[in-house]
Amino acid sequence: MFSDLLGIAPQVLFGQLLLGLINGSFYAVLSLGLAVIFGLLNIVNFAHGALYMLGAFAAWLLGKYLHIDYWGALILAPLIVGFIGVVLDRFLLRRLAGVDHLYGLLLTFGLAMLIEGLFVKMFGASGQPFAAPKALNGGVNLGFMFLPYYRAWVVVASLVVCAVTWYVFERTKIGAYLRAGTENPKLLQAFGVNVPLLTTLAYGYGVALAAFAGVLAAPITQVNPLMGSNLIIVVFAVVVIGGMGSIMGAIVTGLSMGVVEGLTKVFWPEASSTIIFIVMAIVLVLRPAGLFGRTN
Amino acid sequence: MKFLKNFMVGVSVLALSAGAAQAEISDGVVKIGVLTDMSGTYSDVAGPGTVTAAEMAIEDFGGTVAGAPIEVVSADHQNKADVAANKAREWGDTQQVDAFAELVTTSVAMAVFEVAKQQNKIALVSGAASSPLTNDACIPSGLHWTYNTRALAVGTGSAIVKEGGDSWYFLTADYAFGESLQRDVTAVVEAGGGKVLGASKHPFPASDFSSFVLQAQASGAKIIGLANAGGDTINAIKAANEFGIVSAGQKIAGLLVFLSDVHALGLETAQGLLMTASFYWDLNDETRAWSQRFYERTGKMPTGVQAGVYSSVTHYLKAIEATGTDDTDTVVAKMREMPVDDFFAQNGVLRSDGRMVHDMYLAEVKSPEESTGPWDYLKIVRVIPGEEAYGPLSESTCPTK
Repeated sequence: MFSDLLGIAPQVLFGQLLLGLINGSFYAVLSLGLAVIFGLLNIVNFAHGALYMLGAFAAWLLGKYLHIDYWGALILAPLIVGFIGVVLDRFLLRRLAGVDHLYGLLLTFGLAMLIEGLFVKMFGASGQPFAAPKALNGGVNLGFMFLPYYRAWVVVASLVVCAVTWYVFERTKIGAYLRAGTENPKLLQAFGVNVPLLTTLAYGYGVALAAFAGVLAAPITQVNPLMGSNLIIVVFAVVVIGGMGSIMGAIVTGLSMGVVEGLTKVFWPEASSTIIFIVMAIVLVLRPAGLFGRTN
Repeated sequence: MKFLKNFMVGVSVLALSAGAAQAEISDGVVKIGVLTDMSGTYSDVAGPGTVTAAEMAIEDFGGTVAGAPIEVVSADHQNKADVAANKAREWGDTQQVDAFAELVTTSVAMAVFEVAKQQNKIALVSGAASSPLTNDACIPSGLHWTYNTRALAVGTGSAIVKEGGDSWYFLTADYAFGESLQRDVTAVVEAGGGKVLGASKHPFPASDFSSFVLQAQASGAKIIGLANAGGDTINAIKAANEFGIVSAGQKIAGLLVFLSDVHALGLETAQGLLMTASFYWDLNDETRAWSQRFYERTGKMPTGVQAGVYSSVTHYLKAIEATGTDDTDTVVAKMREMPVDDFFAQNGVLRSDGRMVHDMYLAEVKSPEESTGPWDYLKIVRVIPGEEAYGPLSESTCPTK
């Protein structure tokens, strides 16, 4: 068998594949948010990692001070952080509409450093413990590995959110407006559609997706000010591989890169933090627009 | 503003001191540069708390030594050796810094050792843990204060082997420190008749440990040794709990666990964990008094690394006071001659290989029921005599010992 040939027990291999899928769901939700934002606002949102972290912190703060449980936080935190995103867009990003990508990148990168620095100062770098909801404690033995219920829930929740987003953007009228807004905003405006409102809401939604992923991640890692900066570069690589702005590309690439990374952890653990960048380099050489991107 | 004020004080003292009593103090000021991780993975273990500790040491010393003012400057080295080396070089060349302190992360400490050697400055290492710092990589003015990987191995490693933990699998941070810790623990495990079944090297820092934890589980080892620190240890312990490793019978051995890690994990998750500590705030009246003062300034109880900075800076200042000079060779000789006696170490000895030998503590993390208040986290299981923890000088491979 394939796995035996490589000297790895099948149990280990299946376990790592499943874990890869779990990590991949985080990549998928995060890169989805980035793809939405890039697609509609043409902004390379480097603050995405910081907003993901804000989602986790919002959940933690809601629990600590308002005694709102995990499920409440899973709804509220993305709404709150999404609103912060709307404010950021209205007051900062809006001013950069129409100028080079680089300015948006620099602004969001600066914002990310500011937010993260502030949270390290306030909460320290070790992070805050955040318990998984009681209903999802424990796990099930699959024979080849022990699958914690919480991780299974992460995969399900991520896939549902990805599917809904894809449906809204690709199959509904709002989605059609949004896509039209990226192609030719002036023409769409001429038809009486409020394009600035549309893009602001899209940014808010992309940010809310990041916050949603942050709440999902909170019980797995600590609620840590640096949790986003560790992840964001990888997620950007995922978006580049999938094709900037491609919704389906972000989802499929996110999941598959999780699996690729999981496999690398078995065969060559030291390379697990670089493998995605190697894939990115290869994709850029062979298909510069990304696997799902369209070349203009 | 504070910097400016300090600077002005420094300048005026410099002007006054020409030809005066402080002639022996170079530039008329004793300046200590705290180089630490201010914002990354190790910033709770070391970080701003070590700057506070250095400031406390200077205040407690009265603000002057041998008639010259004492100053502290600090910088964030971001756990990057090149950043640290550049900063140290700049401090030494242009800002009259006499000693580099703290230096968490082995690669940083080694890079700063190189600068300290070239500039003939003193390096007071607290946070970096690798034992090579006083072995192959030693320098005459590099002093390793708080702990090292050998002491951690002797403490936690041998205690676990004695309890029957004779087969090990390591999760190792993929850089000099992780390797050094794994090597030292492997030696202890094998000396105790145990064996090491394998190891996974994980990137530093890593956030997801589930894959590595599953590989450790598949190895069938009784003990999963965590040769990492700070955020990595926290995440690894969390993953091990989540994936039912502990309830399935394997044990986790945190080889370098700090009070700040226990605080972040919470007692529910961390209870029962064995750890080797260089310091604990609740050892005696002296440690409680100092830690309380530290707590009032920072809102946190100190880690061993932070207490170690206070101790090393104080000892350094004592040697300058005693000799009346800040000349590196004279001060280091005096530091070796005097025993280290403060709340951190009793009868500590600074050896010629740079190792400060002092007692260590094997501690167990309390259960939530045992803990009587905030920060009441550890019970001391055993005091490990300094000689046992650090080994005899004859074992040191430092060429200049």
